[in-house]
Order: sequence, then C-alpha cells, then structure tokens
Amino acid sequence: MSREQTFHPFARALHWLMSIMVLSMLFIGAGMVSTVAEKHDWLLAIHRPLGVVIFVLALIRLAFRLTHPAPPLPVDLPLWQKLAAHGSHLLLYALMIAMPLIGWGMLSAGNYPVTMFAGVHLPKILPTDPALFAWLRESHRYLAWLFFLTFLAHMGAALMHGLIRRDGVLQSMTGGKAPR
Amino acid sequence: MQDTENRRPPAHVGWRWALIGLAVAGSAVAFGYVGGWLAPERLSPKKIVDSLEANGGAHPGYRRNHAKGICVGGYFEGNGALQSFSSSAVFAKERTPVVGRLAIPGGNPYAADSSVPIRSFALRFDLADGEQWRTGMNAMPVFPVSTPQAFYDLQVATHPDPKTGKPDPAKAGAFFGAHPETGAFLGWAKTAKPPASYATETYQSINAFYLRDSAGERRAVRWKMVPETPETGDGSPAAGDTDYLAADLSKRLAAGPLRWHLIMTFAGDGDPIDDAAKAWPDDRKSVDAGTLVIDSWQDQATGPCRDVNYDPTILPKGIETSNDPLLAARSAAYADSYLRRTSEEGHLPGAARPKEAK
Repeated sequence: MSREQTFHPFARALHWLMSIMVLSMLFIGAGMVSTVAEKHDWLLAIHRPLGVVIFVLALIRLAFRLTHPAPPLPVDLPLWQKLAAHGSHLLLYALMIAMPLIGWGMLSAGNYPVTMFAGVHLPKILPTDPALFAWLRESHRYLAWLFFLTFLAHMGAALMHGLIRRDGVLQSMTGGKAPR
Repeated sequence: MQDTENRRPPAHVGWRWALIGLAVAGSAVAFGYVGGWLAPERLSPKKIVDSLEANGGAHPGYRRNHAKGICVGGYFEGNGALQSFSSSAVFAKERTPVVGRLAIPGGNPYAADSSVPIRSFALRFDLADGEQWRTGMNAMPVFPVSTPQAFYDLQVATHPDPKTGKPDPAKAGAFFGAHPETGAFLGWAKTAKPPASYATETYQSINAFYLRDSAGERRAVRWKMVPETPETGDGSPAAGDTDYLAADLSKRLAAGPLRWHLIMTFAGDGDPIDDAAKAWPDDRKSVDAGTLVIDSWQDQATGPCRDVNYDPTILPKGIETSNDPLLAARSAAYADSYLRRTSEEGHLPGAARPKEAK
C-alpha cells in the first residue's frame, strides 16, 4: 500500500458523529414546524443549540479536511461519478456551515432572542428586518430540503460503493477492510 | 484503494440494489412522515392559521388574528416583590422597556370595535441582558377551549356562512354542545359587553406558567394586568363609531401615561395548571409585582409592534412554560402567521402583496 486508504480516525469519528447530528437536526426541523403538539417547544429548544454545535464542528472538520487530504477515489470510477462525489461533498460542507448561520441570522432579523438554554443566548448578527427574516426563513426551509436530498444521494452512493462496486470507498470511512 | 482490475461482480446484485433502494426510500418516507406530508390529517400550524384566515378574510401584511390593533410603548417598573419567587431581573426594582400592542381578536383589520367583547394586550419586555419576555393577554377570565384541536374545530364551527356573513348557529351550537369545557367562557361571554376603552380592562395571561426561583424551586402562576384607570361609565362610544378604541387611547395618552399593575397569582393545591378553560378560585395568593406604564402610541402600520411575533413561549430565565397544550400551539401558529405577513412584507415569490395602507 503506497497511499493511505482510509480517512484519518479523527475525520471518521467526526463524520459519524455529525451524520447523527445533522440527520437528527433535519428531522427535528421538519417535525417542529409541522406540529402544534408540546413537542414543538422542546424540539425548538434542542434545534438551536444543536445547530450551533454542528456549526462549530463543521468548521473544525473543514480545517482538518483541508490539512488532511481524503483517500483518492478508485481510478476506474467513471468521471461523472467522481464529479458527483466531489460536488456532493462540497455541497454537504457548504450546507453544514450555511444552515446554522442562516438560522442564527434569521432569528436575528426577526429580533428573536437566540436562546441556547435558559438565560444564555447568542448576540444578534443581523439588524431587525422583517423582509430579511422572511427571505432567510424560506432559504432555511429549501436548503434543508436540498440537504436531505444530498444526504440521500450520499448514503445511496456509499452503499453502492460498499455493496455493488465493493471498491473500498465505503471502508475508507468505516475503517474496515475492503473485500477482496 | 485496492486494485479493481480483476473484481468479479458480486452475487445477488439485484437484491443488493433493492437493499440500497430500500434504505434511500425508507429514509425519505420517514422524513415525509415526520414533516407531515404523509400525515395530512394531522393538525398543523398551517391548518390553524388557514382556519383563522378563512374566518377573517385575506388581508395580506396583517396578522392572521388580532389583525386590528395599535402599538403602544412604555416601561415596566418592577418592585422587587417577586424576587424570592423568580430569578428574573424583570422583577427587580428596575425599569424594563416594553413594546406593546392593544388589539381586538379576529383576522379582519376593518372589524368594528364593537364586534367582539374581548380586548387583547401583547407585550415584549426587553431585559437589559438581551433576554425577552413576550406575552399575549386577553381581557377575559378563561379561554373557551382546552386543546389546539378544539380551538381548530371552534374556528371551523364558527366559519361565517357566505349567505348571512354570520356563523351558522346550528353548527356553532353543536360545537358548544359537544364541548362542555366551553361553559365557563360562555357564562362570561353571555353578559360581556364590548368595552369602550383599552385603558380600563384587566388583561389575563390565560395560560399558566411557572416561576422558578434562584434555588430552583418552581411555582405555577397566572398573571394579569390590572388597570389603575377607573371605568367612567359615561363614555360609551357614539352610535356608528367603529374605531373608538384607538381614538380613546390617543386621547387618554395625550392627557398622561396609563398604568397597570402586574398581579401574579399562585396556583393552589389541585388547581388546573394545564387547562386554560378553567378558572382558579379568587382567593389564591397574589403578589403585585410592579407597574406597567404606557406613555406612547404608534400606528400599527409603522410602529415598532408591527414586526413582533408575540409568542408567549419566549421567556426569560426565571419564567417557564407550563404543559398547557395551547402554549406550544400558540407558538407554532404564531410563527406560521408571522412568516406569512413578513413574506408579504418582503415580497417573496408567491406571497400576496399588502395592498392597502396598514
């Protein structure tokens, strides 16, 4: 083996931790805006601090990724799949960073307190502006949809690598051995 | 990566694809279910606001309920009496600025002030540390119903008949017959007259909340704003005047500030904490927590209250929501209404344009 075939253990740990967080976040968001039950309140209470944690972890992860290159894709992977892989990874990083910022900015523009937990809140990052609030709020919704669709493609592709091509790409993130 | 030149296709390739398809489709279905797209019968914030819109008419740019109102400004002067019961600084001996709104219920911004016997008062307290306390109070003793579903059913049952412009008495009667919890509210409404002034009303939190003290103890409360302004009894509005409330308020404020006392009432043993349709006995322990001073008013089209969502679950540390199911529903429905009117304000694609001056 001349090259690293798996992601760094730190990158793998962050990947799996954040996959749980981001997926939870998407489901929490979809659930809390569609229900009038009591869970609306506590889902909202989780949504804000969890978003901030994802934002911080995403920045750490981006810095780590920029300093620790990913294992190369298989040489025989069709070009369109290579492009799709890079494009979707880029999109996932962009969304992990943009979504919390839009959420934070939207609450700022709506002049809501950006509450993390009782008595602790983040500062405003945008001026109070109802039109800006509405644009950001709707961006947050549609980008959440895009995020979920990108996740579906990402998961489908990972399973395709692991079950159909069996080319070691899935193992580069699970840390297992590629089947011979 | 391993050398991929001599890889054989895997066994059961069809099953493998099926498994991948199942994982992707299963995730999508779960997301669709949680988001309500696969459960259209579920009561959603959108449904509640749609029902209000259906009853009040479409008025882009306006609130979907309490559409007719006026902005007021001033401050709350805490007196320290609640400091042993709540850790919130709002109850200390200090001034907290407020952005308020006085309004009448209903989704029609052109409704006559005499069309409904209820007056409403929303407040946002802006605490020095950036925390906020938002509340939406009503001048009535209890809420008609206990649950979001009953509130929605009430809107549907009181939908104006296109022929008469009034709710169908048979439908409304059937609703109230099926909902005995509306008895307390109906008993009050039977004799309630539309007040001639916002200034003389007592506004109630309706829902219960908890105060939490610095030791972590919590106590269930309801609060009310009790006016210092006496009812004069001579100022009944002129016949045909449909907008007397705003005129009365500006006249009074020109003469000086208006004051209310924030009275915090503590639940007794066995009092219903999570049921806004049930009153508490009158003899419960009450504490005067300070004075609300209102000294200015602004038109709601341009005033600072216009773009405030008076979500009653936005609370500072030291005040917490109860498990009253109406609270979460109010929060969810207000957010939906707020997004609708800010989208209209921001001319988002697909949003109706606010046509008239607000």
